[in-house]
Amino acid sequence: MEFQDAKLETRGYSLYYGGFQALRDIDIQIPENRITAVIGPSGCGKSTFLRTFNRMNDLISGVAVEGGVYIEDQDVFQMDPVELRHYVGMVFQRPNPFPKSVFDNVAYGPRAHGERDRAKLAEAVERSLRAAVLWDEVKDGLTKSALELSGGQQQRLCIARALAVEPDVILMDEPASALDPVATLKIEELIQELKKSYTIVIVTHNMQQAARVSDYTAFLMMDEEDRAGYLVEYGPTDRIFTNPEHEITERYITGRFG
Amino acid sequence: MSDSLRAKKVTLGHLVRWAASGEHGMSRARASFVRRQVVQQLAFGVLWLSGLAAVGILLAVVGYVVVQGARVIDWEFLTTPPAGGLASTDVGGMSTTVVSTVYLVFWTIVIAGPLGVLAAIYLVEYAEEMEGSRGLIPALVGVVRFAVEILAGVPSIVFGLFGYALFVSARALGWSFSMRSAAVTGACLVLPVIIRASEEAIRCVPRSHREASLALGATKWQTVWKVVLPSAAPGVVTGIVLSVGRVVSETAVFFVTLGGTVRAPDHLFDLASPGRSMALHVYYLAMETRAFDKAMGTSAVLILVIILINLSINLISRRLAARLGGE
Repeated sequence: MEFQDAKLETRGYSLYYGGFQALRDIDIQIPENRITAVIGPSGCGKSTFLRTFNRMNDLISGVAVEGGVYIEDQDVFQMDPVELRHYVGMVFQRPNPFPKSVFDNVAYGPRAHGERDRAKLAEAVERSLRAAVLWDEVKDGLTKSALELSGGQQQRLCIARALAVEPDVILMDEPASALDPVATLKIEELIQELKKSYTIVIVTHNMQQAARVSDYTAFLMMDEEDRAGYLVEYGPTDRIFTNPEHEITERYITGRFG
Repeated sequence: MSDSLRAKKVTLGHLVRWAASGEHGMSRARASFVRRQVVQQLAFGVLWLSGLAAVGILLAVVGYVVVQGARVIDWEFLTTPPAGGLASTDVGGMSTTVVSTVYLVFWTIVIAGPLGVLAAIYLVEYAEEMEGSRGLIPALVGVVRFAVEILAGVPSIVFGLFGYALFVSARALGWSFSMRSAAVTGACLVLPVIIRASEEAIRCVPRSHREASLALGATKWQTVWKVVLPSAAPGVVTGIVLSVGRVVSETAVFFVTLGGTVRAPDHLFDLASPGRSMALHVYYLAMETRAFDKAMGTSAVLILVIILINLSINLISRRLAARLGGE
């Protein structure tokens, strides 16, 4: 898959944990304002791959990388990670609101980036909560602890918190896997809505979810010998799910392993 | 299940009959059941007695001191300075020792609190990242952690001696017996307490909170300051309040650094003056005067203060935890 103006790109990207190679030679281009799903069996390096784009892997000692990772043709490894994460937000597998009020959770990012003006903060909080379709549920309880919200609400709060920083890209690491079906549906609808303004990369375990929400799908698999993750195939979601090029992709998406 | 096994409760009567009769007429299962019940009853009895003994000893000490002390405690005792001198007299109270103790606690915590919390942050947030790697700094971190462990177990008089040598008697500083000598030495004493409590509390903050903060583009320091420390606050506060208790009850260290004058420093910032803490006052009264009743009175006040401090630990950490956790 080649795009004229890819938002994110990796070229010959490999990642090592000490002596173990977790990702091998991945070339991918991720288009702007689309939802790209990353699927693959447990342990194939999906999350590690996702965390490449905001350099969260830097937090783990002993990680080494090869190859290039680019956001709008800028090498992310040349950027300050704090600045990079301003453009590339992230939503985690388990809702992880801070033990602070709803307002303070959403205002955390803008405040960290230096915003002190109360009116501007209040505006950013409302805009982000509306965008995350949570505003109507929490507008009367902005000072309540975020931990009082339900799991699904907490995850939408985490999305609002990421949006408040005004990123270009949002990385989602199995954002609905800890939620019940109703909350999952809400998150999926929200993701669809968000792609109008954001480039979204979502890691998921759930084939149906990938098929439902994404425009493009990348299938990662681990090497049988050394268990390094590699990109099997990448393309429009419709094609991957109806007419995959590789037999192994078909076996995976039809649930015969993984 | 046979009827014999259905009896759940074994009374003392059963045991006596069992002991008297041997195991005649009992099935093997029944015998095993009874034997296990006997062991259970014995073990439970021993545990119960141990608990009772611990509470009894505590109550005896506290009760004795408070009852003895209550005879001399009145408003006058609390508000007049000690009379000084060796004889037991009717006049003289403990007011200046309360003042000295408050100043001493204040300055000790002002020095050791921030230092201990910052050191704990360093050890957990910055140093642990480097663990496993080689080099000078990781090696130093290992040394620091080891030192904290050792310091926590050093007898307090050793700290006192150190303070005496370095601050009190050294010509270079010329601090002599004073509030500043005592506060700095006391800070050394409680530093390991604060570091360990804070370290534990900081380590308990979920990794997911740190990741969330960093992923939002916060710097590491912002993450520590805005997310990690607030979450760790109950544990940090507990460590600090424990240290307050330690300073209030410590005698040996201040015997060789604070001096023993019955006059209190003029004000909080009168750091060059010597003083006498409550615990020290008990020691002087008991060992060097005949005012044993007043030693008891002072001890009773001291014990009440310690009890209050311990109650406040519970209260503060529960409050903080509730505020942070949203009920």
